[in-house]
Amino acid sequence: MLNNSIQVQGLQKSYKQLHVLNGVDLEVERGSIFALLGSNGAGKTTIVKILTTLLKQDGGTAAVNGFDVAAKPDDVRQSISLTGQFAAVDEILTGRENLIMIAGLRHLNDPGQVSDDLLNRFGLTDAADRRVSTYSGGMRRRLDIAMSLVGKPQLIFLDEPTSGLDPEGRIEVWKIVKELANNGTTVFLTTQYLEEAEQLADRIAILHEGKIIANGTLSDLKKLFPPAKVEYVEKQPTLEDIFLAIIGKKKES
Amino acid sequence: METINKYFFNDMGVMLGRSMRHITRSMDTIITVTIMPIMFMLLFVYVFGGAIQTGTDNYVNYLLPGILLMAISSGIAYTSYRLFMDMQRGIFERFHSMPIARSAPLWGHVLTSLVSNTISVIVIILVALLMGFRSSAGVVSWLAVAGILALFTLALTWIAVIAGLSATSVDGAGAFAYPLIFLPFISSAFVPTESMPPVVRAFAENQPVTSIVDAIRALLSEQPVGNDIWIALAWCIGIMIMAYIFAMRVYKKRV
Repeated sequence: MLNNSIQVQGLQKSYKQLHVLNGVDLEVERGSIFALLGSNGAGKTTIVKILTTLLKQDGGTAAVNGFDVAAKPDDVRQSISLTGQFAAVDEILTGRENLIMIAGLRHLNDPGQVSDDLLNRFGLTDAADRRVSTYSGGMRRRLDIAMSLVGKPQLIFLDEPTSGLDPEGRIEVWKIVKELANNGTTVFLTTQYLEEAEQLADRIAILHEGKIIANGTLSDLKKLFPPAKVEYVEKQPTLEDIFLAIIGKKKES
Repeated sequence: METINKYFFNDMGVMLGRSMRHITRSMDTIITVTIMPIMFMLLFVYVFGGAIQTGTDNYVNYLLPGILLMAISSGIAYTSYRLFMDMQRGIFERFHSMPIARSAPLWGHVLTSLVSNTISVIVIILVALLMGFRSSAGVVSWLAVAGILALFTLALTWIAVIAGLSATSVDGAGAFAYPLIFLPFISSAFVPTESMPPVVRAFAENQPVTSIVDAIRALLSEQPVGNDIWIALAWCIGIMIMAYIFAMRVYKKRV
């Protein structure tokens, strides 16, 4: 229990007649990367919204960093950060101003220094004083994640962090997520890309029709299938391999 | 709870700083807000003015209060627009998942509305001065005028908040302002209500704009304000409180 960043039991949520969550149970270990897989409309975002105190559940309990989300939302908010599905950046402000704004709202002592460090870490120093509306999708997402790291929260939620990104942008985000976990931050991410979960997650849960139907490490999940049989398949490069080769980037794994 | 309330003004300050940057970086919003009232002022003073009998020799003086209300009515449409965009873009979700005062993002928009409307009101008064507006009113009267305009702005801003929070499209977020912009036409803002047919006159004399216009006009021309100022204040404060309660209810439901 103490080792868990997130502890969810019997979570229920309905929108009018539509039952989105029918008793979701899950646990996320501190310092791990947890991926919630599911198709569109499976209820991934609903779970994220409940865990980040944006939405109240109808039933069940959820605790984040030991605080009940319904009873102690302010304590939960102190220790988490959300990067929502749509880049939550201010387009009219510059990258630097966005970071300084968040540092101000987190009541940090030296917002300028905090923003300089993050700009540097996310390769945005050159673009720091340009308005975000001029940023590419990948840069915007990087800034978005950087904004979530202001104040060093213990737990960060990434709701479909790579949707709408090009392959390069996606690989950049993957790299960031891995670095986060290496530094001890717990990452809860949702995705509809199986490859993403496979690449990143320590544990994967599959959400289907409002319930977690599978939960475990990648090798646990693989055991659910019949043993692999050996087949000879000619390895053709995927279009993604070709694309990345042409533009001269090595895919990192 | 305690730590969060302690930072309320800090958080609100950050929010205000944010939206003020929005305004200064899109000066076109100030221009759009001021240009229409200025056009109306030019039109009424130099085209229709000669035919309108107001019983005063300076029609700009007569016209200015109504023009200012019109500018504020169109200015608040941007508050509603900015709020709507924030709701859409997900930045409100970020704010609300952070340990900040719940209503700080909303108050930031409200204060911004107050500041940006003040700027447009000043611009219009300067133009009016060029067109011959003169007032011998003292500091106290001017402060009273400023107070009434601020209350009027706040009352309409909270209405704009309701619209911005509940709109489903960008167009919808701004559309509510149109009837408010045209309200001054059916009031004592442009012509004396005595010249209107009975039904229209009854409406004109009992709607908020007339009492507010009359009160400001009296203050600026150093005439006795009589009951107008109390009726004007009652309207502004009444609308403000009603709209505030309703807006907060919508806000709590949305976040």
